[in-house]
Amino acid sequence: MKRADLPPNPDPVLNQPITPALIKKHGLLPDEYEQIRLHLGGDPTLTELGIFSVMWSEHCSYKNTRPLLKGFPTEKRGATESFGRVLVKAGEENAGIIDVGDGWAIAFKIESHNHPSAIEPFEGAATGVGGIIRDIFTMGARPVLLTNSLRFGELDSPVTKRLLRGVVAGIAHYGNCVGVPTVAGDVYFDRSYEGNPLVNALCLGTLRHDQIRLGKATGLGNPVYYVGAATGRDGLGGAAFASKELSAESSSDRPAVQKGDPFMEKLLIEACLEMMAVPGLVVGIQDMGAAGLTCSTCETASRGGAGIEIELDQVPQREVGMNSYEIMLSESQERMLVIVQKGREREIEEVFAKWDLHAAHVGTVTDTGRMVVRQHGVVVADIPASALTDNAPVYQREARRPAYLDETSRWTPTGSGLPDIDLAVATAVLPKLLCLPTIASKRWIYRQYDHMVQHGTVVLPGSDAGVVRLRLGSSEKFIAIKNDCNGRYCYLNPRRGALIAMVECLRNLVCSGATPLAMTDNLNFGNPYKPENFYQLKECVAGLAEACRFFDVPVVGGNVSLYNESPEGAIDPTPTVSVVGFIEKEAHVTRQFARSPGSRIVLLGGAPHELGGSQFLGAIHGKKTGDAPEVDLEAEKRLQDFLLAQIRSGRIRAAHDLSEGGLLVALSEMLFGPGQIGAHVDLRAFGALRLDALLFGESQGRVLVEVEPDHLSPLLADAGAAGVVADAIGSFLATETLSVGTGLGTLEWTTAVLRAGWETSIESAMRRPGIG
Amino acid sequence: MNIAVLQFPGSNCDQDAFHLFASGLGLPTRYVWHKDTRLGDADLVVVPGGFSYGDYLRCGAIARFSPVMGAVREHAERGGLVLGICNGFQILCEAGLLPGALIRNSSLEYRCMTCDLAVEEAGPAFNTRLLGKRVRMPIGHGEGNFRIDDAGLERLESNHQVILRYIDNPNGSLASIAGIRNEEGNVFGMMPHPDRAFERFHPSRDGLAVARAVLSLRFPEILKESA
Repeated sequence: MKRADLPPNPDPVLNQPITPALIKKHGLLPDEYEQIRLHLGGDPTLTELGIFSVMWSEHCSYKNTRPLLKGFPTEKRGATESFGRVLVKAGEENAGIIDVGDGWAIAFKIESHNHPSAIEPFEGAATGVGGIIRDIFTMGARPVLLTNSLRFGELDSPVTKRLLRGVVAGIAHYGNCVGVPTVAGDVYFDRSYEGNPLVNALCLGTLRHDQIRLGKATGLGNPVYYVGAATGRDGLGGAAFASKELSAESSSDRPAVQKGDPFMEKLLIEACLEMMAVPGLVVGIQDMGAAGLTCSTCETASRGGAGIEIELDQVPQREVGMNSYEIMLSESQERMLVIVQKGREREIEEVFAKWDLHAAHVGTVTDTGRMVVRQHGVVVADIPASALTDNAPVYQREARRPAYLDETSRWTPTGSGLPDIDLAVATAVLPKLLCLPTIASKRWIYRQYDHMVQHGTVVLPGSDAGVVRLRLGSSEKFIAIKNDCNGRYCYLNPRRGALIAMVECLRNLVCSGATPLAMTDNLNFGNPYKPENFYQLKECVAGLAEACRFFDVPVVGGNVSLYNESPEGAIDPTPTVSVVGFIEKEAHVTRQFARSPGSRIVLLGGAPHELGGSQFLGAIHGKKTGDAPEVDLEAEKRLQDFLLAQIRSGRIRAAHDLSEGGLLVALSEMLFGPGQIGAHVDLRAFGALRLDALLFGESQGRVLVEVEPDHLSPLLADAGAAGVVADAIGSFLATETLSVGTGLGTLEWTTAVLRAGWETSIESAMRRPGIG
Repeated sequence: MNIAVLQFPGSNCDQDAFHLFASGLGLPTRYVWHKDTRLGDADLVVVPGGFSYGDYLRCGAIARFSPVMGAVREHAERGGLVLGICNGFQILCEAGLLPGALIRNSSLEYRCMTCDLAVEEAGPAFNTRLLGKRVRMPIGHGEGNFRIDDAGLERLESNHQVILRYIDNPNGSLASIAGIRNEEGNVFGMMPHPDRAFERFHPSRDGLAVARAVLSLRFPEILKESA
């Protein structure tokens, strides 16, 4: 049934009848189409169909995950009037904002660009960075740091090498040019990501409370401006593309991958911040990211409880003959929508003229609650804005525990008859683990990122967390940031794996001297229509929510990326978390690198005793099995509180969390700092345990700390009082060896040899003949 | 002693350079927009790092045509001090205020790392008394591979125009050249960032001494003040 309220479009393409095949092509279910007809009172136009398809995609609507995300805490219980309050909550806006005191706040958020990066790694990763930066400065914040979380297949595959090279170069190209330092990251390599890499990018910005700007269209008659780059046909329907599985034909979706221009973004940042600094000029602002002009207009209208009318003939276009469908669905980069106070049009135009950027008056705020789009004098779309946003469909998907868990969760080394290692094997295992790309130094990657621009980077990439000095007016504050998620644990035990992602992230921050403040998450999962995948998603979200509540770390925003599958199956569930912590004083900044020969080594948390999900099992025995390591939240909290107190009292010279590779990998990494240093530890007191689990197991809640000899007894006494297990296991030495006493005898390695393998493993894999 | 930091579209180390001079050395420092044609009372013009005009065409190739560059040229011709850092060095080479050119790193990759640098005896124009024999400063560039023809290199060396050399060449630069001055000794260019080597937590604070060395001939008193 044609709608009576819309005239036929003279363009036959736009006027074509909406067939079931066309509906399917737009990724809409027959039932969803019926809902659209109800919202509109008849069949949509082609432009409207396109608009609904992108706004109701998972990427924009969170239709399969919204009910789950409600379980996240969005406020900080321990916040005070002057610190820690969540000023803009998760889901309300483009990014959450949290108070850091003295009238200042930080905005931060992580977002994925997985599918584009799989097809076109350079542009996919680059535009991922561009998009997340816009989410931050649209809030009024100046972007001050970036991090990224990457997952690839095993590095021995040429496809992985191509993807890694492209993704890293893309992130570098964009981040370096816009001048925002990439200060931290995490990278894992695992077969499950083969063909479907994960590229999650985070941006953090700083702003004063009075600089907060919202994506709301309000004020009848206020003009709507389009600023930034012109619209082309690139990235058509990218949001819809992100919401389906990758297949052999995906490379034909290349037009759905956008092309970025970081120079344009840099100008846009400066121009927008300059414009927002003019008192009362900007009413609302939103970037045109996924679903471009469509999303920014209907979301601002819906949030503002208003309507919006736009005239596409006024939209700057870089291609001739674009129709309304193409303009509305284009995901051309570096564009923003700005609602300005009526009568002050000249002021915004002057700012953008200074920066030689487009500022086109494309529409007006109305009070109809509808999004009305015109082109060549004809109405091409007329939709209630809320139908596209708040009233988008929501589904409760079926969850079914995957069958493989029956087998993996029951596996134990003893039960499966796995022989323990002897001295000779142990000697060979450590260098091998240190060379695993997941564990090895990521120098090849981070040296391609400008991690020092803005001159505030305190702890450079390569330590437990990135630490940055924020210049806030005339004062300065220090924050730490870290991403985490071991997908292998989440595969073996989704709920506990997600808990581990959080507690390990927090532990890393505490090791750096920081008190965790707030988190943002990026949920990377497979197709939610498969009940096993949805089970993983649901359990992981429950795990994250539990950890967030327990540690009083609110979720201030995030992103969901589903359909991460290649023809070989879904990725390991990867609920990446990124937590920002606050460091009271610069003197509390702690690194993972041992500093003084003669100082003592203390293991906090007790001896590791589990092998499930470890890198050791994977690399040495070829197994991804067992249960994820145990988590004891109470013990973890005691450990973290104790460690932070010890750092603040000046007793800790270095601290490093045990993670992938276990105790000996962590100890080795402490030796790989700026100086030459060795270590000896004696583990004979832990004699009854399996040697493989003790040396290479990945039990949680463990930290190695460097303590000056004079501080050892008070530290051990305090640990006892705090209920934290602490064992003095050895000393750092002026030698160039690492030696470990075990019940079977003493193990010994030359640190320079261990270091060389660890440092150059990825580099060697990525070397190109004749270049260097 | 007044410092002017230029701002081109795409400059992104302008604030770093500003703070090196304003916070690090406590000198009166201000920004000059690239569309301005006057530098005011600037004694030292700093051309900062970044990606001016997106580094399209060639690094620095478009920035050299910015309106402000006419004033920079006049300032330099009158003997005024000019310091180009990173992209600023590239711009000064493109503008012909310094000899040579900077091309893609031999690794074909961007490099962000801290480098040890040998301080060269470059005459009174670059007083190295506060610097010693070696300094440590970060680099961050994709095009820092210094190139010049044989005759040009010969001239640079015989005139002692090389001010800094990499100890461990990170980008393939000819003769490991990291920084140079012009023949007259008032225009300086370097790929390493003194503006990333002046805070307590930076890899070094050698940037302060490097900035002082640049100012030393015209303002000898800068060498007396303690850091």
